[in-house]
Amino acid sequence: MTLWVEEAGALTTVQDRGRAGLAHLGVPRAGPLDRPAAELANRLVGNRPDAALLEVTWGGLELRTDAGAWVAVTGATVAVDVDGVGRGCGRAEWLPAGGRLRLRTPSSGVRSYVAVAGGLDVAPVLGSRATDTLAWVGPPRVMDGATLPVGTPAGPPAALDTPRPPTPGPLRISPGPRADWFAADAVARLCAAPYAVGEASNRVGLRLEGERPVRVRDDELPSEGMVLGAVQVPPDGQPVVLLADHPPTGGYPVLAVVHPDDLWQCGQARPGEELRFVRG
Amino acid sequence: MAHLSVNSVVQVSRHTGPVEHLQLRPFGPTAVLAEVADSAAARSLAAYARAARVSADEVVPGARTVLFDGVADPAVLAELLAGWTPDAITERGALVEVPVVYDGPDIEDVASRWGTDVAGVVARHTTIEFVSAFCGFAPGFAYLAGLGEEHAVPRLASPRTKVPAGSVGLAGSWCGVYPSESPGGWRLLGRTDVRLWDPDRSDPALLAPGTRVRFVPA
Repeated sequence: MTLWVEEAGALTTVQDRGRAGLAHLGVPRAGPLDRPAAELANRLVGNRPDAALLEVTWGGLELRTDAGAWVAVTGATVAVDVDGVGRGCGRAEWLPAGGRLRLRTPSSGVRSYVAVAGGLDVAPVLGSRATDTLAWVGPPRVMDGATLPVGTPAGPPAALDTPRPPTPGPLRISPGPRADWFAADAVARLCAAPYAVGEASNRVGLRLEGERPVRVRDDELPSEGMVLGAVQVPPDGQPVVLLADHPPTGGYPVLAVVHPDDLWQCGQARPGEELRFVRG
Repeated sequence: MAHLSVNSVVQVSRHTGPVEHLQLRPFGPTAVLAEVADSAAARSLAAYARAARVSADEVVPGARTVLFDGVADPAVLAELLAGWTPDAITERGALVEVPVVYDGPDIEDVASRWGTDVAGVVARHTTIEFVSAFCGFAPGFAYLAGLGEEHAVPRLASPRTKVPAGSVGLAGSWCGVYPSESPGGWRLLGRTDVRLWDPDRSDPALLAPGTRVRFVPA
């Protein structure tokens, strides 16, 4: 079975759980920014949690299939239709042979996940079907006109899936390994006022605008390994939360680290929206 | 994570005597940054941890650190690393020869900084046995140690928007080879045809950490 992508929207990529174990060679891990939403989409259509699916940025996706298939759309709040008839997010929907699935522009959130029963069967690169947008390791970016093979469904879709949806809230942080490069109250001050999401945010990092943490050391940090959720403070003082496609090493000091369970919010926060941090 | 309090950097070395050679810093709930004296110690610690089958998703050496990411129990990691000393691993990595055409746009600038001429730069650069300390910046981009602080050169004040793949350059006391075309601020000595990064190879990065490198005139 094959998917034909008629419209790919602003940015659509194939993602699975990511490419672990190669950070020491300079390879970002990649993977979905909103992991719980991606896992839910796979569960809804009966896929294994590591099945490959589409991450759609700002909606605008249109695709057809050559055979009937169960599909599920999760993540951002977005109007979905099949051949013009409205369908729901967060549940398995039947896409008939030749039918056209369409995602409009999300009304809240940024990224949608589209899972198809059987998973996307594109060729893995270095053991993963996740696309890294920093160095473009992985399957190619999904463009208008792309054809994507689909694997064999493992079984029927989940009859019912009623997970407790993650609740947005302040991002819990712990002090980072270079918190001592900043003023003693820098972590407390990070939590004291909201930060606005910057326009340049992407899969590499969530760029924040707000109070600049005060550094007490001005020397250059020798490059060191970075983790998902690290809150780096570059020379301009505006914090960046490192996301799935972050470079594996970096030279800016890390003031704090966002709790992994809260990172999905960084993938759904829109430019201009405000986020808060809290000690957790 | 309770046993690795952030405010008290854990001194693993209480088990081993001298206390300066290894400090562990928590890096979020599932990672630990191990800080050591220099890049040789970082390579040694990473090799030691891998040989001891450390339980971590990623072991990432840096300029003077090793990141252990995806660590289930930091206390178990601390115990494993306590057995390491900087000279614990003496095994030498594979040697790779990289042929270079020394016609880079910055080679005369480097020559004047070193107080020599182009031939002198080539002689110096081809004499050193470099070691890949760590990768970063791009897949397969290795930071090669061995130049020595006395030959360190600053990065370009304004980076080039386009550096061709295969360019061999210097920044600080590091040497590096660009695996793919990218922007960059390293001072370029020349270029090589060797393919540094190939995801279809069983070892996709030619200059993985620990690899020894010699440059030879092409």
